[in-house]
Parts: sequence; C-alpha cells; structure tokens
Amino acid sequence: MSNIKKFLYVNRKAPYGTIYALESLEVVLIGAAFEQDVALAFLDDGVYQLAKGQDTTDVGMKNFSPTYKALGDYDVNKIYVEQESLDARGLTLDDLLPLTYEDEDDDWAEKDSIKVVSAAELAEIMDQSDVILSF
Amino acid sequence: MSQLHTVNKSPLDRNALESAIKHASKGNAVLMIEDGVYGAMKGTQKSGVVSDAMGDISFYVLGPDLKARGIDEGRIIDGIKVVDYSGFVALVAEHEATQSWL
Repeated sequence: MSNIKKFLYVNRKAPYGTIYALESLEVVLIGAAFEQDVALAFLDDGVYQLAKGQDTTDVGMKNFSPTYKALGDYDVNKIYVEQESLDARGLTLDDLLPLTYEDEDDDWAEKDSIKVVSAAELAEIMDQSDVILSF
Repeated sequence: MSQLHTVNKSPLDRNALESAIKHASKGNAVLMIEDGVYGAMKGTQKSGVVSDAMGDISFYVLGPDLKARGIDEGRIIDGIKVVDYSGFVALVAEHEATQSWL
C-alpha cells in the first residue's frame, strides 16, 4: 500500500477549442484503474470544462461533459475548482455540473465531489502532490 | 474598406480579442467563434473590452459555439448579435476582407 502516490491532474484549457480537455479526461479514466490517489484541479479556462448545459449538436463534436459525472463511480471524488478563476469569468458554483460520489465510509451517502478552493489552497494541494499531469 | 475580424481564442487565455479590437477600424465587424465566444459573455474580467468598443465596431458571435459551451444567450453582452453558420458566410461575403486573429 505504501506505493500509492498522490496524482493531481491540472486542467487549464477550455473544452472543444483544443483537444487538451478531452485528452485529460481520458487519461484520468485510464489512470483510475490503477488505484492511485487521484485529484483533479480546474483553474484558468479549465473551469469552463465543467459548465452546465453543454450541447454540441450544432458543431458536430462529441459532448464529453456527461463523462465528468461518471468520475465518482471511478473513486475520483476530489475535484478542486479555483475561486479566482470562476470570479474572473463571472461564474459561480451554480453554473457548474453537479458532480457527486457515494461515500463508502458513510453508508454510501451521496456527497459533492467539487470543492471550490482559493489559489493559495490550490498551491498547497499542488505542493503536496507526488505526480502532476498538466493539460 | 470594411473588414471582418474573426477571433477564435478565449480572451482570458490569449490577447487575440483585445488585439483585434485595438487594430479594427471604425465600422469594422468582429465575429467571435470557437473559444473566442467566451469573449461575448457578460460579467467577465474582459467584458469591458467589448462594451467599450461597441460604438465603433459591430460584434457578432457564433451561436452553435455558444451552445456547445453551455453559454445561454441571456448571458451575452447587450448589443452582440448571435449568428448561425449561414450568418457567418453572409458576414464574410458582406465584407471586403476577412482577418483571422489566431
């Protein structure tokens, strides 16, 4: 058990305009199979990835936003969103997808996966991570 | 010469929108597409760049790209016109030249 590492996936790009957001999500899902301690950070334009109500019908691309809702089932339930990045974009937590997980240590109670943190708190989370993957 | 300027980068990530607006002449049009559509949103750190230029430049935003990103048309800065793909083509045809701010 001592070889479990703390992984942090850092997401800083908007979805659709570039491939980074989708690639990150795919790597997270693949990585989830390796039973490591996984956390995701969304900052700068990365916060746009979690926007509610995405509908790609008219642009002919795959809407991958529903996949974020599956992360809880893969035990990926530490999702940090930076407050300063939301503020700069005129967004609040209400504009984001409601992401939840079932806590096995608390009678499978449904809990929120998203935690809004300050830049200073996020710096601390980054500092305490063993492996950081940036997208 | 009436030119059309297209912007496809988020104004919070790159300065393409600001630069396009700075170099656009009076009577020109700016069309926001792809990640550029974030520039059309109200209440962001960069919304002022667009509203300040509204008198001299006409602004357009591509509807399908707004919809893909979950941006409701009610959150668009007043005065920006939403166009579809045929509106995009019409804008290109109406202007003498198109400049892409990548």
